[in-house]
Amino acid sequence: MTDILIKELEKKQMKENVPEFNVGDTVEVSKIILEGKKKRVQKYEGVVTRKQGNLSRENFTVRKVIDGIGVEKTFLLHSPLITDIKVKRQGKVRRSKLYYLRNRIGAKASRIKAKT
Amino acid sequence: MKKIIVGNKVGMTQLIDKDGIVTPVTAVKVSYCSVIKLIDMEKQGYNAVLVGYDEKNENKCNKAEKGFFDKLKVSPVKYLTEARLDDLSGYAQKKEITVDTFEKNELVSVRSKSMGRGFAGTVKRHNFSCGPKTHGSKNYRRPGSIGGGTDPGRVFKGKKMPGRYGNEYVTIKNLQVLDIDNENRTIYLKGAVPGKRNTVVEIYKK
Repeated sequence: MTDILIKELEKKQMKENVPEFNVGDTVEVSKIILEGKKKRVQKYEGVVTRKQGNLSRENFTVRKVIDGIGVEKTFLLHSPLITDIKVKRQGKVRRSKLYYLRNRIGAKASRIKAKT
Repeated sequence: MKKIIVGNKVGMTQLIDKDGIVTPVTAVKVSYCSVIKLIDMEKQGYNAVLVGYDEKNENKCNKAEKGFFDKLKVSPVKYLTEARLDDLSGYAQKKEITVDTFEKNELVSVRSKSMGRGFAGTVKRHNFSCGPKTHGSKNYRRPGSIGGGTDPGRVFKGKKMPGRYGNEYVTIKNLQVLDIDNENRTIYLKGAVPGKRNTVVEIYKK
């Protein structure tokens, strides 16, 4: 029941050419990071564990295991700070939220079957 | 008060700026807001305008309302509010109040009716803390003691107790006007505004 006015406003803020990817895919996100006045592009690769929201509010979470510690980062899909999203591998999953990965230990933690 | 406008809350969304900073916004749409009557210093002893909002079908007015609007020779409105203004220049009867009376980045106050919560307990209404859920506790959301015994022999006035909560006028001060859309007659305010969607919202500047 969102008003047309708000829908239009949100549509206006959406970026064009956003790559299509789904939950379970492995993606590489390039994000601009400001260090003082310097700009730097940070790359972050992992499995997409959830996608939420519609239109300009859409966001997604990428999970990665660094030195045995699970890290989850949430990105705003239409943020101008996100310069590039590369789909590295498509995964076959049966859930929309991959929270079960949090309980996995070791090599199983990031194992997702490839989509055929 | 310097200026006033009345509108309807449309809903909330977020704005993303060039630096990727996300700000919450509330959209307030003004369908038709006009001056119904001028109240001036000489006659009534104070300066004010009677502001009307939203056109009303004449068939839906009762006789009293009809008489009131006919006497002033204006078309009926759904919502009336009186605003005491410092300066009445620029205001005239039947004159429409448009969105561009406000400017970008201005700080305004917003008054509207909050969401009605019905008969609410002390936890929701006065932020009392809950008792323990388990270990045989029978004090989960109860108000607790409400005062002494024989000595005062009564409950003090103003004691926080369960009762009706919400559906009352709430004012939020210093909300920033983020954008003004003349075409769609909409004002975008930073942050939240009391009430649900379609609530009548008064925006004014002190």
